[in-house]
Amino acid sequence: MNSNLSLTFSKLGCVKGGRQLFKNVDCVLRSGQWLYVTGANGVGKTSLLRMVCSLAPIESGDILWNDTPIHNQHDTYLQDLCYLGHLNALQESMTVNENLAFTSALGGIAPDTAQTQDVLARFGLRGKSQQLVRHLSQGQKRRVALSRLSLSRARLWVLDEPYVAMDEAGVQMLAELIANHLRSGGLAVVTSHQRVPIGNVPAQLLELLAQ
Amino acid sequence: MNTTIPSIGLGRVLLSVLKREISLGLRQKGEVLTPLVFFMVIASLFPLGVGAESNLLLRMAPGVLWVSALLAAMLSLQRMFATDHADGSLEQMVLSPTPLGLLVLAKALAHFLLSGLPLVLIAPVLGLQFGLDTRSLGILMLSLLLGTPTLSLIGSIGAALTLGVRGAGVLLSLLILPLYIPVLIFGAGAVEADAAGLGIGGHLSLLAALLVLSLFFSPLVTAAALRISLE
Repeated sequence: MNSNLSLTFSKLGCVKGGRQLFKNVDCVLRSGQWLYVTGANGVGKTSLLRMVCSLAPIESGDILWNDTPIHNQHDTYLQDLCYLGHLNALQESMTVNENLAFTSALGGIAPDTAQTQDVLARFGLRGKSQQLVRHLSQGQKRRVALSRLSLSRARLWVLDEPYVAMDEAGVQMLAELIANHLRSGGLAVVTSHQRVPIGNVPAQLLELLAQ
Repeated sequence: MNTTIPSIGLGRVLLSVLKREISLGLRQKGEVLTPLVFFMVIASLFPLGVGAESNLLLRMAPGVLWVSALLAAMLSLQRMFATDHADGSLEQMVLSPTPLGLLVLAKALAHFLLSGLPLVLIAPVLGLQFGLDTRSLGILMLSLLLGTPTLSLIGSIGAALTLGVRGAGVLLSLLILPLYIPVLIFGAGAVEADAAGLGIGGHLSLLAALLVLSLFFSPLVTAAALRISLE
């Protein structure tokens, strides 16, 4: 497996609503490392993450994946990317299983029922696979959304406030999951207001300051 | 462990989008039934409004049925991307390695199967109210069958452009109805031309041409509009 991946921000800047959120952000992230983006509310953490996911246009500077700008290799880049935003991307009137099968298919992966059961059990959702998402609690929905990470083969995880609505055990389990991902050569970009240690991997810190 | 996960082809990805849309539609039965009932009510109001003079009704029938179908098909457009936008599924679709245009195409096809096709099937029953003969009913169905997929495809552009806008429903109608005019002209025209003893080949060919054009262009435009709506 390729374990020489890199994500590079080069003089990255963002303007939103005519206001400069941040500029000249430089950073290099390599296989097995994770980037912890911090800062007060409204400094542009989510904007930065959406730029990394190519959901928002890059105003100035560039983001490179394996030394090539991400917009020049959109298709290959998307195969390496898994994004978890504020929204869980779950349809309320479909079952847990159907939702996960659909997101797997979107990622070009054949849905595997046995593996899905296994992952759900690990996330403390044993026996919930046939339940409609609307019957789950907020924390359980978040867990379903997070179980997508285990079912994807993406090398770069971009997680926006992943610990929201999770209980203590859930937070620990997610940290463990990210640690495993990093050990296998993956990369992660995480924003959070909770400072949760990921295994024993020190975070690369990127603190955004109000301009 | 990650490299062992099997991949699936483009066809299966699109099939799973189609399956999801249809099963969602069937679970929210109101969404399938509302346009259908709307179509039936609107088409039935005309004989009540203009009187039961059979010659007049017969002449009006193709136009009335087509306009009713047009409005009914538009009724369910707004929801095409709205729920996916609200719950974040749309973000995941944009981030899928599968081209967004093809995912949009699958969604438009599902919209046609759920709200266009039922109109095609019920149209002859309504046509009978207006006294259309069997031959005209057949041509009406054929023109609707060729026309309603175009309505779904063009409609997807409007649905994407008005995503997240307040009062999206009205804006959507204003944007999309003018674009529906060619489909209406050739669709209703086919039935009228046949009744007047003229050939219908030209009308149907133009309907098919509109379908092919919108099959090619509307997914591209819709995909671009969806990307803008997420920025």
